[in-house]
Amino acid sequence: MNNSLLVVVLASGIAYGTPLLYAALGELLAERSGVLNLGVEGMMLVGAVMGFWAVQRIHAATTLALLGAIGVAALAGALMALIHAFLVVTLRANQIVSGLALTIFAGVAGLSSYLGNDLNLARAPARHQFQEIFPKSFQNWPVVGPILFGQSALVYASWGCVVLVALYLTRTRMGLNVRAVGESPAAADAMCVNVTRYRYAHTLVGGGFAGVGGATFSLSITPQWIAGLTQGAGWIAIALVIFAFWRPTLCLVGAYFFGAFTALPFALQGHGVTVAPELFQSLPYVMTILALVLVSSRAARLRFGAPAALGIPYVREEG
Amino acid sequence: MDFEAAPGEVHALLGENGAGKTTLSNILTGLYRPDEGTIVLFGESVEFNSPRDALDAGIAMVHQHFRLVSPFTVAENVVLGDHRDIGRTFLLRTREIERRVEDLSQRYGLAVDPRARIWQLSLGEQQRVEILKALYQDARILILDEPTAVLTPQEANALFETIRAMAEDGRTVIFISHKLHEVKAVADRVTVLRRGRSIATVPASEATPRSLAALMVGREIELGRQNGGRAIGAVCVELAGVWAQGDRGVPAVKDVSLAVGGGEIVAVAGVAGNGQRELAETIAGMRAPIEGRITVAGRNLKGGDPREAIGAGVAYVPEDRLGTGVAPGLSVASNVVLKSYRKPPVSRGPLLLLRKIREVATSLMERYDVRASGPDVPAWQLSGGNLQKLVLAREFSGEPVVLVAASPTRGLDVAGIETVHTYLRSAAERGVGVLLISEDLDEILALADRIVVMYEGAVVGERDATSATVEELGLLMAGGEESV
Repeated sequence: MNNSLLVVVLASGIAYGTPLLYAALGELLAERSGVLNLGVEGMMLVGAVMGFWAVQRIHAATTLALLGAIGVAALAGALMALIHAFLVVTLRANQIVSGLALTIFAGVAGLSSYLGNDLNLARAPARHQFQEIFPKSFQNWPVVGPILFGQSALVYASWGCVVLVALYLTRTRMGLNVRAVGESPAAADAMCVNVTRYRYAHTLVGGGFAGVGGATFSLSITPQWIAGLTQGAGWIAIALVIFAFWRPTLCLVGAYFFGAFTALPFALQGHGVTVAPELFQSLPYVMTILALVLVSSRAARLRFGAPAALGIPYVREEG
Repeated sequence: MDFEAAPGEVHALLGENGAGKTTLSNILTGLYRPDEGTIVLFGESVEFNSPRDALDAGIAMVHQHFRLVSPFTVAENVVLGDHRDIGRTFLLRTREIERRVEDLSQRYGLAVDPRARIWQLSLGEQQRVEILKALYQDARILILDEPTAVLTPQEANALFETIRAMAEDGRTVIFISHKLHEVKAVADRVTVLRRGRSIATVPASEATPRSLAALMVGREIELGRQNGGRAIGAVCVELAGVWAQGDRGVPAVKDVSLAVGGGEIVAVAGVAGNGQRELAETIAGMRAPIEGRITVAGRNLKGGDPREAIGAGVAYVPEDRLGTGVAPGLSVASNVVLKSYRKPPVSRGPLLLLRKIREVATSLMERYDVRASGPDVPAWQLSGGNLQKLVLAREFSGEPVVLVAASPTRGLDVAGIETVHTYLRSAAERGVGVLLISEDLDEILALADRIVVMYEGAVVGERDATSATVEELGLLMAGGEESV
């Protein structure tokens, strides 16, 4: 039963969807504060390579090494995001240009690959990796076993993050402020909410989430360092935020949906059915293009509930 | 400038645009810092470095353009940025906040549902939210900037009751307005501002609309009148029952009918924001009328199509000369042909004849005395006066039937004003009908043959320029009764 197509696809869909979920949550936080970050792909790759580097270098028990690696990945992503925040919040540069530039700078032919080569990370398996945390007896339960109990700590942690982000945005004062900053920075400013500080903070935290998303590839899914191992997951994450109407819980659903698409060809192969994997693998990207087309029209953005000030630098209007 | 207000008082600030009302309130709310002088608040000298300081000291302002987050609920907007007691908790206590907002709204007669979202509310209700925000912050001094501009008369009356209730509570309400009857209706005292000075402070009960209008406009040396004496030809532009929407979705032009004859200068007087700009844009085709008919030289315009208006012979000198009047980044030469580049001699088929364009530009620059180092400099480098001459040169070169000029001399120096006036007069002498929109009564009296006064989007009076007086026009502009 646990080998049935549906269970296998769902279980691995969750695994494959987790990096998307982390990256999308981060992007969601940045966008809710009004900062569009198209550098997610680059931040994921830098997070992936730095997380992998950390796990190879830290000599400690598995748990500690992995925790440290995740911390390093988050920090690396946040540092990348700091560049973005400085450019678009302080210097009020075009957010699209800055984000694209960061992805190119840090991407497959850039910083992340350079670091991977320079630190000699390629071709070696991870010394520690995230593994299923529940005992095999749990995992053998029918249906729910592989889906709910066959996952790594990163998956469970991501569920916690979804709940925290959702509660943060809707139930806390800071969440209210950040939503106000993303919707109407002028109104927030008039009520003495520091627009610059909120945008910086959420862009940085968003970059951290992207870094963790990248490390999910290099420490759990792959798990090794291959240049460009995210394969465009950052772009899918950006589209996901749109499909999720900027809501964390819908991000989770969407991430697993895309994850399942990635898993489907492998699962089909296991059942002796061969379809051109390119067909399935291209679907998330087709959806991404559609989402980006949608969000670029102003009318659609309003209908889908995009933060009204998304992508617009804030300049205080004196008088 | 000196200004004082007492607790429990409703104090009106009355003045024309540019009289310093907004600057004064920006200083009081900490947005600007005074160059000189002090602010004394309840006996203590204070210094505001930021809006937060002013808010903490108890001064709140309700801006003309609301600062509300439209997908948020009323309660969320009210509590935004609050940092005292329940405002300080990490978690939002939505119920408690809603209860407090409800209490406040009942106490001051500000009927609005705390759970409603801003985008669902009318402008009047949104204004109540802004006042609730101020009351929630426990503001002891409230500054209301032209609060009735977006209200219906009924809503305005409800607002006046709220203002009285707040004053009875010991709060100070500073009411900024240029409407005389409102000031009379709600204020205890009135301070009249003119050109950055406080002219007088009088008890509202002793003031009459006429005395206030005289203070507001001021008796100044009138420029010599050079109007009249021109033969007025056939009607070249006629508006019949024109209505148009403003930017905020409410009608800004209400049932305006007027006609301008060839060679006639008709001035539209009025305080800014009474629909004149929208009227000008409607004639120029930049704003579609929702009702009514516009006829230019016997041709009926569909409206809402600038190219159609240009084709019919409408020339337009917009109020915002750098943003709407020219493309600031393009060269002077390109700007000169912005309206004629589709036709020979400056283009052939899809190609622009650049040398020809520069020739045309150079000769127009010479003729209209546009001073720039050459036809290739970008337009933004020009001074205000030269920019306006450039716009006028372009508009006149199209052989217009009618010229709509919106505040054509605003921000210009004396020499620039003189030149623009000369150009407008010479256009009229050539038989062009000129519709001059201005707030400057001296300018209007110096140029116009006939004066139409607009107030709240409607034409409230018409005078012959030779017999009109500043006092009379000022009264009409401020919404004073026609019969006074």
